[in-house]
Amino acid sequence: MSSAQGEPTGSWTAAARRQLERRLPWENLLPDRQPFYVGSWVYVFGVVTIAALIWVVLSGVVLAAFGPQWWHLSSAGRFVNSLHFWSVQVFFVFMVLHLWGQYFMASWRQGRAPTWMIGVVTFAVSIVAAFTGYLSQQNFAAQYIAINAKDAVNSTGVGGFFNVLNFGQMYGLHVMLLPIAVIALVFLHIIQVRMRGVVPPIE
Amino acid sequence: MDQPAGYLHWGFILISWPNLLVIGLMVVLFGLALVLPFPGHSSSVNEEKKP
Repeated sequence: MSSAQGEPTGSWTAAARRQLERRLPWENLLPDRQPFYVGSWVYVFGVVTIAALIWVVLSGVVLAAFGPQWWHLSSAGRFVNSLHFWSVQVFFVFMVLHLWGQYFMASWRQGRAPTWMIGVVTFAVSIVAAFTGYLSQQNFAAQYIAINAKDAVNSTGVGGFFNVLNFGQMYGLHVMLLPIAVIALVFLHIIQVRMRGVVPPIE
Repeated sequence: MDQPAGYLHWGFILISWPNLLVIGLMVVLFGLALVLPFPGHSSSVNEEKKP
């Protein structure tokens, strides 16, 4: 079967392509102009959060490549360790500022609830990612946090498959599964913003 | 740096001074973002034609 333009109508790949072309045109994905109300520092908070995330990922890749002995004992390792830590601080500070800004402009309006909800889930997953990071430091602080957290985590009922005393599990989650989740969610969040445009001010 | 942070204890509120400082700075930054003019921005000139 073919359509009038010669495209197969029964093909799921062609249908997916048409759907993507309609919902995500290139001029929306990579715009060169924004509505006039975007000219405010409040809209910079989200971009700074993404910039911080890039630094978090880059410094994290270097830390994972060289290992705990390097990041604790060498000056270059301590520098990258600090870069990772402070990038996370910037990431969370600006993510919360972005949250405040979007909350006060009620940015879930006009069909933007999925954008808001993906942001909420990103925030929650980021907290777990940061927590597993504190448990992966390979120092006394990590042990102190794990020992103090175990009873609280067990009381929630997730202790059976999320054991804060298990370094291998926490480190695996921190360097693989959770970063992939955060990056995928942020990507989806940006796609959602581009699909519907930036929310207009409340009239 | 090698000792526990001091805490503000006011009624039921208990928060370390460093945490309170960070929250205070965030509130200040948020307020500044609302009032400071955005560089290169003139109202309604660069409006995007979008539904």
